[in-house]
Amino acid sequence: MTSPLLKVEGLTKEFAVRGGPPVQAVSGVDLSVAPGEAVGLVGESGCGKTTTGRMLVRLLEPTAGSITFDGRDITHLRGRALRPLRRDIQIVFQDPYGSLNPRHTVGSIVAMPLEVNGIKPPGGTRRRVQELLELVGLNPEHYNRYPHEFSGGQRQRIGIARALALNPRLIVADEPVSALDVSVQAQVVNLLRGLQRDLGLTFVLIAHDLAVVRHFCQRVAVMYLGKVVESGDREDIYAAPRHPYTRALLSAVPELGEGGQGRIRLTGEVPAPTDPPSGCRFRTRCWKAQEICASAEPELVPRGGSRQAVACHFPEPESAHAEGEAAHGAAG
Amino acid sequence: MALPAEVDLNPAPPPAEPAAPVAPEVAGRSPSRLAWARLKKDRVAVVSAAVIVLMLVIALGAPLIEWAYGIGPYDDFKARLDRFGMPLGYAGGIDGDHWFGVEPHLGRDIFIRLVYGMRTSLLIATAAATLTSVIGVLVGLAAGFLGRWVDAILGWVMDFALAMPFMVFALAVVPTVALRFYGPRDDIPPLFRGVVLVGIFAVFGWTGTARLVRGQVISLREREFIEAARAAGAGLGHMLFKQLLPNLWAPILISFSLALPSYVTAEAALSFLDVGMVEPVPDFGRMINKSINYLQSDPAYVFFPGITIFVMVLAFNLFGDALRDALDPRSSR
Repeated sequence: MTSPLLKVEGLTKEFAVRGGPPVQAVSGVDLSVAPGEAVGLVGESGCGKTTTGRMLVRLLEPTAGSITFDGRDITHLRGRALRPLRRDIQIVFQDPYGSLNPRHTVGSIVAMPLEVNGIKPPGGTRRRVQELLELVGLNPEHYNRYPHEFSGGQRQRIGIARALALNPRLIVADEPVSALDVSVQAQVVNLLRGLQRDLGLTFVLIAHDLAVVRHFCQRVAVMYLGKVVESGDREDIYAAPRHPYTRALLSAVPELGEGGQGRIRLTGEVPAPTDPPSGCRFRTRCWKAQEICASAEPELVPRGGSRQAVACHFPEPESAHAEGEAAHGAAG
Repeated sequence: MALPAEVDLNPAPPPAEPAAPVAPEVAGRSPSRLAWARLKKDRVAVVSAAVIVLMLVIALGAPLIEWAYGIGPYDDFKARLDRFGMPLGYAGGIDGDHWFGVEPHLGRDIFIRLVYGMRTSLLIATAAATLTSVIGVLVGLAAGFLGRWVDAILGWVMDFALAMPFMVFALAVVPTVALRFYGPRDDIPPLFRGVVLVGIFAVFGWTGTARLVRGQVISLREREFIEAARAAGAGLGHMLFKQLLPNLWAPILISFSLALPSYVTAEAALSFLDVGMVEPVPDFGRMINKSINYLQSDPAYVFFPGITIFVMVLAFNLFGDALRDALDPRSSR
């Protein structure tokens, strides 16, 4: 396996709360992204996936842990040292309405990263911006238009063009399609796939929509309450989830539900991140929980010789793995 | 891998937009142009803007008017006064030569003094409104965007400025400052007085704009386009002046256009109280002050400066309101 482009170890973010214990939005996320790969980060609302994404692009300062990009520790880079990194890692936002400055033309929005980095592309900024607009499937003639004149899907394309302006190597896409209509979602996901293939881009896709992740990502990491509970290849995760939470999550998707068994209904609420449960964080809602789950925190490691890493004391049996291999072969 | 969905769902997405063939010149309508279109449709806005433009023309073209009118602001016409110093004729001596009559005792022409008084008034009000807006915007941007201790300190300064009584301060400071630079018997140059007045307005007036801008910045700074700029490596200056400021023009313009008439009245009030502009510079406030002594004997004297200042302030206020409606159409009355 080639050395990873992005390696995240023990990444933690705490938010101070006035007059209370700090909120641990992310507590010890491990993630590794190979060049040219698309990794999906899935989980329900509030599990810390967006916070993780913001830390990856260094919009938030990690409380603990490390982020290594291309062999370089970038966890606490500041000011001038951060600038070259900004060119390599870009972000696509969730909200196609809030992420574009309503007072700027499309041209100046897409040209903004070039402008702030003092880059004069050969052939002129305007030409480069029009190339980018064409690349994301927009009419380059729309250079002088304003964001309010575009639909949600077109706006998201503008946001993608802006992220591409600096020729980044890694793009963190934070729920890039969840604010869009289903029909437009497919177009935008296909655009991202095309870009990944044509430009050799590496993606971290943050999403709660399992179908989108399945369509786009080669590898998947499942988060629960600030931690990655399971990670592995797409086919393995979808065909043979080993963590109980992943199983429950997948069974909640109608067309992906496990054939005979039907939906797994989780009881209770997600515990408050100010006061996470001891041991395994999922144990309060897990039907398999035993005493050890409360006392010892399971580590995210491959169990039973599988490539699939799972943080559970009682993972699903290995036997299911064969199915996953079969699915893998069929898809590949 | 093929991308069939792209083809299936939308045969040719944006390039085949129906608007494109109709208008080959693809130019966007910016939010400010839309506001301009709304403003032009507003009758009150058009009328008040016309009055404002007329006043600006009068103020700027005062020397031309003087030339055409044939009388200067400092010329006196003692021959037009009776032996008690009151103007001859009716309504303060109105006739073909002196359209608004002449001043009692001094015999100066009221019309040309109003023309020049408008100049004084608008000059000071514009300078004060501009200065307070600039200070307010800078403070508001810094407090709102940087937050934390910067916001705390600026907030404290803001409260301090708000707590100071403006009138008492002005009455105490203006003569003191004048004495600091000039002797008690010296003539104080009008420019110096003007600068002191604008300075006092600046010390007190910036808080409103600063609070407004601070609030707007706080609501804007979490928006994702600011995050996008930061993620692209933008510096503080770019985020403040290129990303935030263009979104703040509407509230800034509104607060500027509403501050202007308030400075017109404040300047007149200070001159009325004898801490504003001094003789012989024509000034509304002082004219009204002097005319009060003649309320019974020469009521026309108070009428002209009074009505001028009223029309001026009304026009500015109406225009400011219309501007707000045009820039923010969602705020209905």
